[in-house]
Amino acid sequence: MSDKSHDPNQMTGAAMIVRALIDHGVTDIFGYPGGAVLPIYDEIFQQSEVQHILVRHEQGAGHAAEGYARSTGKPGVALVTSGPGATNMVTPLTDALMDSIPLVCISGQVPTHLIGNDAFQECDTVGITRPCTKHNWLVRDVNDLAKVLHEAFYVATSGRPGPVLVDVPKDVQFATGTYHPPRKSDVHRSYAPRVKGDATQIRKAVSLLANAKRPVIYSGGGVINSGREATKMLRELVEVTGFPITSTLMGLGAYPASGKNWLGMLGMHGTYEANMTMHDCDVMLCVGARFDDRITGRVDAFSPGSKKIHIDIDPSSINKNIRVDVPIIGDCGNVLGDILQVFKAEAKKPDIKSWWQQIAQWRARNSLYYKKSNDVILPQHAIQALFEQTRGKDTYITTEVGQHQMWAAQFYGFEDPHRWMTSGGLGTMGYGLPAAVGVQVAHPDSLVIDIAGDASVQMTMQEMSTAVQYELPIKIFILNNQYMGMVRQWQQLLHGNRLSHSYSEALPDFVKLAEAYGAVGLQVHKPADLDGAIKEMISVKRPVLFDCRVAALENCFPMIPSGKAHNEMLLPEQANDEATAKAFAGGKALV
Amino acid sequence: MNQPASAYFIEDRHDPNETHTLAVLVQNEPGVLARVIGLFSGRGYNIESLTVSETEAQKHLSRITIVTTGTPMVIAQIKNQLDRMIPVYQVVDMTQTKRSIERELAMVKVRGQGEHRVEALRLADAFRARVIDATTESFVFEITGNTDKINQYIDLMRPLGLVEVSRTGVAAIGRGPEGM
Repeated sequence: MSDKSHDPNQMTGAAMIVRALIDHGVTDIFGYPGGAVLPIYDEIFQQSEVQHILVRHEQGAGHAAEGYARSTGKPGVALVTSGPGATNMVTPLTDALMDSIPLVCISGQVPTHLIGNDAFQECDTVGITRPCTKHNWLVRDVNDLAKVLHEAFYVATSGRPGPVLVDVPKDVQFATGTYHPPRKSDVHRSYAPRVKGDATQIRKAVSLLANAKRPVIYSGGGVINSGREATKMLRELVEVTGFPITSTLMGLGAYPASGKNWLGMLGMHGTYEANMTMHDCDVMLCVGARFDDRITGRVDAFSPGSKKIHIDIDPSSINKNIRVDVPIIGDCGNVLGDILQVFKAEAKKPDIKSWWQQIAQWRARNSLYYKKSNDVILPQHAIQALFEQTRGKDTYITTEVGQHQMWAAQFYGFEDPHRWMTSGGLGTMGYGLPAAVGVQVAHPDSLVIDIAGDASVQMTMQEMSTAVQYELPIKIFILNNQYMGMVRQWQQLLHGNRLSHSYSEALPDFVKLAEAYGAVGLQVHKPADLDGAIKEMISVKRPVLFDCRVAALENCFPMIPSGKAHNEMLLPEQANDEATAKAFAGGKALV
Repeated sequence: MNQPASAYFIEDRHDPNETHTLAVLVQNEPGVLARVIGLFSGRGYNIESLTVSETEAQKHLSRITIVTTGTPMVIAQIKNQLDRMIPVYQVVDMTQTKRSIERELAMVKVRGQGEHRVEALRLADAFRARVIDATTESFVFEITGNTDKINQYIDLMRPLGLVEVSRTGVAAIGRGPEGM
């Protein structure tokens, strides 16, 4: 028998996991130990290349890994134990699937011989996570582990990115086998995402764009996922064509908010000019977005007169909600590059002066108008103040879910991609605080702010302890209106103002809570004190809970009421009780 | 249209449904069938019939034949959603090719005596069904054909003492020399 003890590729499954992380350039992981992952934690203890961040709840590990991934473009990695460790990961995995975030989760499992026995902390992890991952694996043989880990990283980061999970029974972690570095043959032969767009389709698209009278570019998170090159190409295309551009919630920052062609976000709480431009356009170029229901409003009245071009790397996004005329399957950056090349060679900048004049009229409606007050802080004003105070700084913004999230999207101007982390598809309350932890780990010297609501932030508040432990100076900017604001808004608009369980009863004292965690607590009530308090928050080099007391009953406008089209928006100046009642007129509510 | 006040737009779609037979070539690995079935249940697609077996053992390839119904947009979605699964090699819409042969096999148990027995045998002969088990008061017939033929045969057996039916579901293959 040959002496395998000196073969550097002979190692335990647990050692392989750490080795694979290093081979994939992973420097930080987020996790929580437990019985079924102890061998892996033992390996982590004995090395220094991979830093492990101990969270306070596995959901926090998942969202932190998401924040890390979105702010860096690299995959985020989470490590959790079997049973409850794995089930607590279901929310972040689903969140990452909906928003196409590359996430690699490694979960421990009970030893192979106990699988199916209802063992302590056993659950069917691959069964539970099958619909909420892009792919998952249960590894039963240590000699398959290296291949599976390498494939996991490839699947998570290639094509349409997404979460993957590798379930590793404890006996496989202990067993010794042969490791190999990543190689091409590790990947399923059946998996080959299409990157390059079809040349004929690209020509058709260019011809539509070149002859457009009323064009619009509608970009989404796919542009950001595709990488810096896609952003560059998108900006160049806007420059070369002179077209107006709007974006989904997920796509903010791909085109700068200060850019002259920027219309603001579109959709349910998008700007009037963005939605009207979408409704009345004759050519729509959709790049890396998926015609989601928050975007389209009523589908049968969505942009009725336009020819639609749709670029997406995932063929299943094409014609899912809206029938398009020119589908192009491929990577956004790659396809935009090809479109630009053909456009520059064969087309001239179309004359769309009268279209821009029309857009200027819509813009003049000032759909983000709100009435400032000297007595009480308006939430919109708080976001604007935060934006002004952080303008030009190296800032990353995360959010929770609800009114504050929409106000952040409306009033915070994003100039660059990867600076905006929000739960778009799944709408996960409690996303922002742990995501901020992940972002700060990736960017220790940057300013990382979670724009939060008083209800959402309590869902994952425990991660303040993580921030304090690792000296991560995240700023939790809570727009505290003492309500689940968006729920209250819908109850007011749709359910006869019966505010069923949407009042934040028994709120904690956030200042004292911060102090209890060993963080800094700040509170502000008066508009006059807001700027000073924000300055103080920024200057403190420790985690801060910022309790910004805002007007309790402010609603988020403009808004496309339910069952309405883009050209039937409810604008803030029309949002008096009577008009609102009319816009939302209908029978009993179904949500 | 009378819309209930809702945060979601509630829409009635009236496109007519179509029935399509899909052939799906997959890597034969643990969980692959669960993935395919989970896709159908998770996204609310219909399964009329499902047949699966390993077809190339050395390459670990299995072939799944699914008969499904939906609007043309839903059928296109089903194909795309199947195609993007990691262990799926290829999805072919056999109905769309218009060059496919579809067969299923059924075993039909009929119990009866006298004239009913004779009639059952006579019909079996007409449908080219074989007797694969017999007692003095029963037969088990084996019949192969397309779904319509088998449905028709089963309907005819009903008044003659039909006891139970076991069907394989549809298997399909393209005509001509080319493979999938």
